[in-house]
Amino acid sequence: MHDYDWSSIPNSLPFLWDGMKISLEITLSAVVFGIIWGTLLALMRLSPVKPLSWFAAGYVNLFRAVPLVMVLLWFFLIVPRLLESLLGLPRGTDMRLASAIAGFALFEAAYYSEIIRAGIQSVPKGQMGAASALGMTYGQAMRLVVLPQAFRNMVPLLLTQGIILFQDTSLVYVSALADFFGAAYKVGDRDGRLVELLLFAGAVYFVLCFTASRIVRHYQNRLKTA
Amino acid sequence: MISMNKVSKHYGSFQVLTDCTTQVHKGEVIVVCGPSGSGKSTLIKCVNGLEPFQSGEIIVNGVSVGDPKTNLSKLRSTVGMVFQNFELFPHMSIIDNLCIAQIKVLGRSQEQAREKGHKLLDRVGLRAQAEKYPGQLSGGQQQRVAIARALAMDPICMLFDEPTSALDPEMVNEVLDVMTELAQEGMTMMCVTHEMGFARRVASRVIFMDQGRIVEDDSKEAFFEHARSERAQQFLAKILHH
Amino acid sequence: MAYNWNWGVFLQPTATGDESTYFGWMLYGFKMTIALSLSAWLIALAVGAVVGVLRTVPNKWLSGIATAYVEVFRNIPLLVQLFLWYFVIPELLPENLGNAFKQTNPILQQFLASMVCLALFTSARVAEQVRSGINSLPPGQKNAGLAMGFTLPQTYRHVMLPMAVRLIVPPLTSEFLNIFKNSAVCSTIGLLELAAQGRQLVDYTAQPYESFIAVTVAYLLINVVVMFGMRWVEGYVRVPGYIGGK
Repeated sequence: MHDYDWSSIPNSLPFLWDGMKISLEITLSAVVFGIIWGTLLALMRLSPVKPLSWFAAGYVNLFRAVPLVMVLLWFFLIVPRLLESLLGLPRGTDMRLASAIAGFALFEAAYYSEIIRAGIQSVPKGQMGAASALGMTYGQAMRLVVLPQAFRNMVPLLLTQGIILFQDTSLVYVSALADFFGAAYKVGDRDGRLVELLLFAGAVYFVLCFTASRIVRHYQNRLKTA
Repeated sequence: MISMNKVSKHYGSFQVLTDCTTQVHKGEVIVVCGPSGSGKSTLIKCVNGLEPFQSGEIIVNGVSVGDPKTNLSKLRSTVGMVFQNFELFPHMSIIDNLCIAQIKVLGRSQEQAREKGHKLLDRVGLRAQAEKYPGQLSGGQQQRVAIARALAMDPICMLFDEPTSALDPEMVNEVLDVMTELAQEGMTMMCVTHEMGFARRVASRVIFMDQGRIVEDDSKEAFFEHARSERAQQFLAKILHH
Repeated sequence: MAYNWNWGVFLQPTATGDESTYFGWMLYGFKMTIALSLSAWLIALAVGAVVGVLRTVPNKWLSGIATAYVEVFRNIPLLVQLFLWYFVIPELLPENLGNAFKQTNPILQQFLASMVCLALFTSARVAEQVRSGINSLPPGQKNAGLAMGFTLPQTYRHVMLPMAVRLIVPPLTSEFLNIFKNSAVCSTIGLLELAAQGRQLVDYTAQPYESFIAVTVAYLLINVVVMFGMRWVEGYVRVPGYIGGK
């Protein structure tokens, strides 16, 4: 059996906390940019202008077909070089955090846009008609009538997707960026205590995600009865 | 055949059935009616143990339904039941719907089961539909199949839970005709239904329920001519005005 | 900027002198991704079906255990689970078993850890689909089965599961697609599947675009094949005259 030694955890808590801040930073920025870009994609997808709708459909299907790991590798290995040569930055500029956020945001936008599209379509068609009858333009009707109703119904799904995204941020491991998981792995590797650190990381993720999904479910039930 | 003694049931603090007592003898046709939410469907589902009850006793053909030692599956295989929404199995052809329990529960052979199934489909006038699927039949046809499916088990009695209330009006009669025929052949039946014409034609007794209690339990003549309770009179008046 | 496109790179022998071309590497990774995903999928279906059914049974203990199972596998990131299977579980096993695992071929170790990890991770998701499929059946179906004298297991076997399985084919399609995508995570423990080979090609050749485009196209191809396959399955299990499930 394994002899446990948990002593490296208390000493490295500040380092682990720095990692957690990076995880949360990536999660929050990707959620915000992902929802904004996802909403635009959803509107394009539903728009009567065919090329816009084709573009959005192509984008969403492409990103949903490719593993997140591949997207992240694109953003760590290829996009930085491309930017270096395009913008004339010095070689080896550290853009890993920015790349990670961009990669996650663009990837998650594809998933968000599907949730938002379903949400928009779940608003009865008559609402759009009623808004038009009051003299609103398409844009006004969308912004003032349809989207607010759609978002209200979508909030639990968007939050759940946020929890999935938080779990997925651990994949920045492929870029050696020290997020929470990366930090835990580094400490475990340094002290020869990988077993303890990995179990600790697993437990932390479980407690956070389980609690968050409980809260979302509670909110969802309240929404249902309201 | 069926005897109920002071059957009571509650969900949490909500009382669904209170002290329901009645007897059904062999060959009798009992019509159970009452306003919605009066507990009539629950009562009939207690008879074959689909709904558990907390106190009282139900004896079906000498077997106590509430006794934890009772083999409920075995008991249910002797009591036919027809549901409001037919509940045919959508992934099986009509004939397979009639055969599956004969084979898996009664242990009949494939040939025996199919022969019996075809005979019963003949009887409800649907032999030609044997190889179709439930979704391809009309509601009335599906309910006739459901009756045939229950009869295929050679039940000692039949329970009907609002068998016509999910049907379009023009299909109600084809189902009632099958039920009337069954009653005239001497099948013991307990029917939850609002079809008062059917009750007048074939019922031996009518049970009227309100708020979980059996308010009237009398011969059909007595019930239709001079119902004692005010609730039953109101109920009859409403039904007749339809 | 000047980038020299060279699609011929795939036909060149590799720089390691292992008598393979770079295309050969890609093919190896492709086969690894397929073998890993399919084997994990079969286990996930079997385990997920059992756990999903248990979540719907009246017995509080059984459904409680099944719920805990689903929550554990859903609330820990896949990467963490993979590292736990690969680095931690062998240490926690009884010594002889752990050592036996560590003495097997390293590729087999990576494959087994990846397979078990993907399988159980996915099984929790399959279980959720199975549960919601069973719960979306009209409640009268269960009663109808019981009323005919079926026992509860017989009612599941003959009445509820055949319909539930048909209802969940479309959501299972997306889980099936996910398992191929998730298998890319296994490159992190050194398993040479498709994504890992793509990364190797970037390191060995000076042609990053070609290798990544090729890998991306390979994943798209898997997607298309799976979608057509599952559409065929959907048509195959379609019940005549039955529209929708709600």
